[in-house]
Amino acid sequence: MSQHAVQPTPASPTPPGGHLLELRDLHIEFRTGEGVAEVINGVSYHLDPGETLAVLGESGSGKSVTAQAIMGILDSPPAHVTSGQIRYQGRDLLTLPEEQRRQVRGKEIAMIFQDALSALNPVFPVGWQIGETLRQRLGMSRSDARRRSVELMDLVQIPAAANRLGDYPHQFSGGMRQRVMIAMALAMEPKVLIADEPTTALDVTVQAQIMDLLADLQRNLDMAMILITHDLGVVADVADRIAVMYAGRIVEHADVRSLYRAPAHPYTKGLLESIPRLDQRSGKLTTIPGLPPNLMDIPGGCPFHPRCRYVQQVCLDVVPHDLVLGDGRTSACHFAQEVRDDRAR
Amino acid sequence: MFRFIVRRLLQMVVAFFGTTLIVYALMFAGQGDPIQALAGERPVTAAQRAYLTEKYHLDATGVGGFFYRYFDYISNLLRGDLGESLTGRSIGEILAAAWPVTIKLALIAIAVAVVFGVTAGVLAGIRRASIFDNATLLLTLLVLGIPTIVLAPLAQYFLGVKWQLFPATSGADPDFYALLLPGIVLGSLSLATALRLTRTSVAENLRADYVRTARSKGLPRRRVVSVHVLRNSLIPVITFLGVELGNLMSGAIITEGVFNIPGVGFNLFRGIRTEDGPLVVGIVSVLVVVYLVSNLVVDVLYAVLDPRIRYE
Repeated sequence: MSQHAVQPTPASPTPPGGHLLELRDLHIEFRTGEGVAEVINGVSYHLDPGETLAVLGESGSGKSVTAQAIMGILDSPPAHVTSGQIRYQGRDLLTLPEEQRRQVRGKEIAMIFQDALSALNPVFPVGWQIGETLRQRLGMSRSDARRRSVELMDLVQIPAAANRLGDYPHQFSGGMRQRVMIAMALAMEPKVLIADEPTTALDVTVQAQIMDLLADLQRNLDMAMILITHDLGVVADVADRIAVMYAGRIVEHADVRSLYRAPAHPYTKGLLESIPRLDQRSGKLTTIPGLPPNLMDIPGGCPFHPRCRYVQQVCLDVVPHDLVLGDGRTSACHFAQEVRDDRAR
Repeated sequence: MFRFIVRRLLQMVVAFFGTTLIVYALMFAGQGDPIQALAGERPVTAAQRAYLTEKYHLDATGVGGFFYRYFDYISNLLRGDLGESLTGRSIGEILAAAWPVTIKLALIAIAVAVVFGVTAGVLAGIRRASIFDNATLLLTLLVLGIPTIVLAPLAQYFLGVKWQLFPATSGADPDFYALLLPGIVLGSLSLATALRLTRTSVAENLRADYVRTARSKGLPRRRVVSVHVLRNSLIPVITFLGVELGNLMSGAIITEGVFNIPGVGFNLFRGIRTEDGPLVVGIVSVLVVVYLVSNLVVDVLYAVLDPRIRYE
C-alpha cells in the first residue's frame, strides 16, 4: 500500500505566514476486533483565511473522520492517528497536550454536525446549550450568556429568538435546529468552521436556506470554512476549492470552476455524471459501477482501479502520485491529463 | 399533563376496585364457616352466631350476598376503617405500627442501590471492558442469580450469627442498626439491576452524537460526562428506582420473615399463614393504593426528567 508515499501537494502557493490550517500526509486507522481499517491514507489539504474548501466523497471515504481528527474528537480506541500533521497557525495540533487542544476546539475551529436532532442534547433547552459554551469558556454570567445567545440566534435568523431560548431541540423544525447548531458553533467566533454535511437531514428547500446562511455568515464573519458533503449540487455556489476523497485519500483537488468543467480524475468524472440532468429525460441514471473498497482490504495500486473505466495495467501495480496539472490542480490518477481532456461525457 | 394525571387517577379508581374485589373474593371464597374460623377451636354459642351473622351480613347467600359483604367492606374502607383482624386487633393500628419499619427498610435498601449501584454503574460505563467493568458484571450476575430466600439466611448466618457484625434478628421496634443488614440484603437485588442499567445507559450515551457536539464545544471531559452524559443516562435509572421504591414500600415478605422484622411483609405473611382474611385483604388494599400512587409519581417524574415525553 505504501510503496509510493503520497506527497503534500501545492494546489495553491503557500502564503508567507503559512496556511491557516494545513493537513500534511495524515494517516488514521481504526483498530477493531476484526482487524485494522485504514481509514485515512495520506490526506493533505489546506485552508486559508476566508475561503471555503469543499471536501467531497461518498460515505466511508473518510471526510468526516478527517474533520473529527482536526477537531480532536475522534474516539480512540478505535481511531489512531498513525502519522501526519494537522497544523493550525503553524502549530501541529497533534503534538499539543489535550488541555491546549481543548482551547482550540470551539474557539479557533468549530464544527457543526449532520443531524442536529441527535447532535443537540435532548434534555437541555437550546438557550442553555448555546450559553453553556459562553459560561464555561468565557466565564460569562448567566444573564450575559442569555443575552448573547439571543444575539447568536438572531444572527442565524431564528424568528422570535428570545422566546425560544427555553425550548428543547425536539420542539424545533429541522432547519431551525440546524440554525441552533450553527449559532452554537459561532458562539466563540471561530476562525474556521467545519460543516459536516450540514444539510443532509433536511428538505431541499431548507437545504438551500441553510447553505445560503452559511455562505453569508462565512462572508460576514470572515471565517474559513470546510464544507463536507457528498452532494455535488450543494458545493457549486459556495465553495472556492474542492477536494474529492476516495478510500481515505484526496484523489482530486481543484478550484470549483475547473473541476466542474473538466474533472481530471475518473472518480470525480463519475460523480459528476451521476447527477440526474433535467435535459436528458431518456434512459437510466448514470452510476459508478461497483462499491467503495473495504477499508480493511484496500485494493493494491490505485484504490479506484476496480471501478475505473480508464484502468490499465499500471493502475493495478502502482499507487498514483498526485499529478500536478498545469492549472494548479492535482489529480491522483496515472492518466489525469487524458481524463481531463476526455470531454466525452 | 393535567389531563393525563386526571385520567390516570380515574384509572386508579378502577384498578383499586378491581384488585380489592379479586383479593376479597379469593380470600373468602374458599372459606367454609367464617364464624368458626373467627372463633378458632372454641365453641360458638347460638347467640354469638346470630350476632356475628347479623354483623357481617352472613345470612345473605350466593353472589348477591358476596357483593353485599364486599360493598360493606369497601364502604368501611373508604371511611378509613380497615376493620379488625381475626385476632381482634384493628388492622389500621397493625399497619400504623408496621409501615414505619418497612419504610425505613425500603429507604435503606434504595440508598444502598443508589450509592453503590449507580456509582459503580457510572464507573463501569465509563471504563467499559475494563477489569472493574468485568468484575461488577460477575458480581451482579452472582447477586441476581441467588434468590433472596438463600441470600438472606446466608447473610444472617455469617454476618449476624458467626461473625456477629450485625444483629441477627431485629426486635419489636428495630433501630437503624438492626435494619442495616436486612436493608443491604434487600437492596442488593435493586443494586445489581441499578448497576447494570446505569452501566448500559452511560455506555450508550457516551457514544451519542450530542457527546461529540459537547466535546467539539471545547468542554472539559469531566463536564461532558458529569453534565451531558449523566443527565441523560440517569433518566431510566431514576424511573427504575422509583418503581423499585414503590415495590419495597409494600414490604419484603422473605427478608422481613428471615430477620423477624415486624414490617408490612411480615404481617401480610402471618395473615396468609393463619388464614386471617380481613388482615390480608386490608393490607393488600392499602398496598394496591401505595403501588398505584408510586407508579403515577414515577410516570410524572419521567416526564419531568425527559422533556421529550409528552402525555396527552
